[in-house]
Amino acid sequence: MSLNIVVCIKQVPNPDYFSKITLDPETGAISRKNIPTILNPVDENAIEEALRLRERFSGKVTAISMGPPQAKEVLDWALTLGVDESVLLCDRAFAAADSLATAYVLAAGIRKIGNVDIVLCGNESVDGATEQVGPQVAELLDIPHICNATDISLPNGRQAVVRRNIEYGHLTIEGCVPLLITVSREINQPRTATAEGILTLMDKVSRTWGVKDIEVDNDAIGLAGSPTRVGKSYEQKLERERMILTGSVDEMVAAAIKRLKAEALV
Amino acid sequence: MNAIHEVWIWAEQRDGRLMDVSLEILGKASELAEEIGGGTAAILIGDELSPLARELIAYGADKVYLFSDPRLTYYQSDAYTRLISDLLEKQQPEILLLGGTTIGMDLAPSVAARIKTGLTAHSCKLEIDKSGDKPLLMAAVPGWGGGMIVNIACPEHRPQMVTVQQGVMEKPPRDDHHSGELIPMEVKLNERDFRVKCIEMVETIPEGPQIDTSDVVVVGGYGMKCQGSLLPLEELTDLLHGALGGTRPALDEGWIPECSMIGVNGKAIGPKLLITIGTSGANHYTAGFVKAGTVMAINSDPDAPIFDVCDIGIVGDALEVVPAMVKALKAL
Ligand SMILES: Cc1cc2nc3c(=O)[nH]c(=O)nc-3n(C[C@H](O)[C@H](O)[C@H](O)COP(=O)(O)OP(=O)(O)OC[C@H]3O[C@@H](n4cnc5c(N)ncnc54)[C@H](O)[C@@H]3O)c2cc1C
Ligand SMILES: Cc1cc2nc3c(=O)[nH]c(=O)nc-3n(C[C@H](O)[C@H](O)[C@H](O)COP(=O)(O)OP(=O)(O)OC[C@H]3O[C@@H](n4cnc5c(N)ncnc54)[C@H](O)[C@@H]3O)c2cc1C
Repeated sequence: MSLNIVVCIKQVPNPDYFSKITLDPETGAISRKNIPTILNPVDENAIEEALRLRERFSGKVTAISMGPPQAKEVLDWALTLGVDESVLLCDRAFAAADSLATAYVLAAGIRKIGNVDIVLCGNESVDGATEQVGPQVAELLDIPHICNATDISLPNGRQAVVRRNIEYGHLTIEGCVPLLITVSREINQPRTATAEGILTLMDKVSRTWGVKDIEVDNDAIGLAGSPTRVGKSYEQKLERERMILTGSVDEMVAAAIKRLKAEALV
Repeated sequence: MNAIHEVWIWAEQRDGRLMDVSLEILGKASELAEEIGGGTAAILIGDELSPLARELIAYGADKVYLFSDPRLTYYQSDAYTRLISDLLEKQQPEILLLGGTTIGMDLAPSVAARIKTGLTAHSCKLEIDKSGDKPLLMAAVPGWGGGMIVNIACPEHRPQMVTVQQGVMEKPPRDDHHSGELIPMEVKLNERDFRVKCIEMVETIPEGPQIDTSDVVVVGGYGMKCQGSLLPLEELTDLLHGALGGTRPALDEGWIPECSMIGVNGKAIGPKLLITIGTSGANHYTAGFVKAGTVMAINSDPDAPIFDVCDIGIVGDALEVVPAMVKALKAL
């Protein structure tokens, strides 16, 4: 039983630098100048799960990403980790996509790869963080999906039993390939790259597909294909009193409690 | 498009209980409906849920579309997506709000992709913009860790879909005199509705006071590291009849359960009093208590950003300040 697996990965700005991202207050355009990028953290878990499934059942893992030319960096990273092939969906026409237009292009890329048994995604990116792309790719591929998986068991490579997180517990879900599964960080401990992995990079197939290479309707991609529109943006300002107390510990505590008592909070 | 001027919600139930967030968004739906001059409706799916339908009416639903079938007891992504999508396409409401629970975030994107409309995730504020030729829903969304707010709209497609996290909107008052129509829907299910099938739901509802329902919340952060746990805060929390919450590192250290984490990836809470101890004040965390009444911060670092978002600040070692507070409170 061999599995054809696709894992969707996204390049994101490093969250440690989020406070340095600015928005043009007029146009709402994002300025990410000098913000370093990383592979979306939970996508490492998606890659790891793909590799483990391949190791168990044999087959092929393809990493796919939609993004600007530099998104190739995260695909190369996936290849050094052990992914077999990569596809970068890159075209100016794909730019400014919302989750639906992103999912649409990813689905078209996955369809072109063909005969996919399992699509793996992270459950959420650290930047847009909509949690929407996975289930929308599934919908547009017309395959079922399971989100937030913490355990995937695939006893015979076809029938799946997946445990997924909910607020105070979990659901157990059964299904059959083809399936799209989004994973949560707890699912596994991702491996790290090895020197050997880095050496294999040049022998691997990396493709770049633009709008002419995949079957897409021009009205459904990029900004034109995005039903949502980003409007005004502003910095979150919190109005707080900022009364910083002084004195000894006992004095400060006494002052604080007096204040809380006055407000009938204690 | 001939959209009706109605604001709808998907009312999530688990095990015959309505999720709090469903009532919260229903309250918001009533407000929005009034603004656009229309009514509200709730979609309720499960088995034997007539009492819940009546509850939704008491909380402001003018109509409840009820899908009842034993096979729909648990959330079934294929079936729920189809039933909701079909109904939306037929009725074309202006707006559909869904609770941003783990299950809501599974369902909402599939429905939006099925009917090809826009979906805004994790909105913290909803307003109707009437400046254009038709009223438009503006959904504010915290971006990049919560430091920035972005307004997102869906100008052309209907319904305008938005998910909202629990605790962000206020639960409306119950009004048993509010009248509404219960509309039982015919449920025809086929094999394709169960390509994936939920066969079991395991829930362990935590005991004791919870951070999203308590008037007082005491939060411990990574600053308690030297003490190795949040134990020193428990006495303070009990004295104040509050709930104990934590930051991400507190969760990672295993000091609090997942349901007690505050922030963009945790809960949004609005207690009357929040005491935050040994927390630096990262946006990802502070975005979770924007609606708190009074915020008191205790941190040994006078430059910690938490002091910018507090009402009362004590610069000091929590291990001295907290016992002193306990002593002073006991003496009250
Ligand atoms: C602050 C902010 C708010 C936004 N709000 C909305 C909104 O409310 N509605 C909306 O429709 N769009 C929104 N967007 C746009 C949206 O983030 C982008 O369209 C993005 O391309 C996809 O969504 P995501 O990053 O939220 O992914 P998520 O759905 O959170 O990502 C989940 C997984 O999908 C996969 N994935 C996501 N993007 C890619 C990609 N480009 N290539 C390969 N795999 C991918 C990865 O496996 C990832 O782990 C917002 C963007 C920002 C910056
Ligand atoms: C995408 C993303 C999402 C995130 N979501 C969340 C989220 O939902 N919730 C969340 O909490 N975090 C979240 N985080 C993490 C967040 O950015 C911060 O790292 C986290 O909130 C910091 O927690 P902290 O304040 O407890 O720890 P630290 O930042 O380590 O702060 C500890 C503080 O304790 C003080 N201290 C030390 N010793 C003492 C003492 N003896 N007495 C008093 N004070 C002391 C220190 O001065 C310091 O300010 C997220 C991060 C990312 C990237």
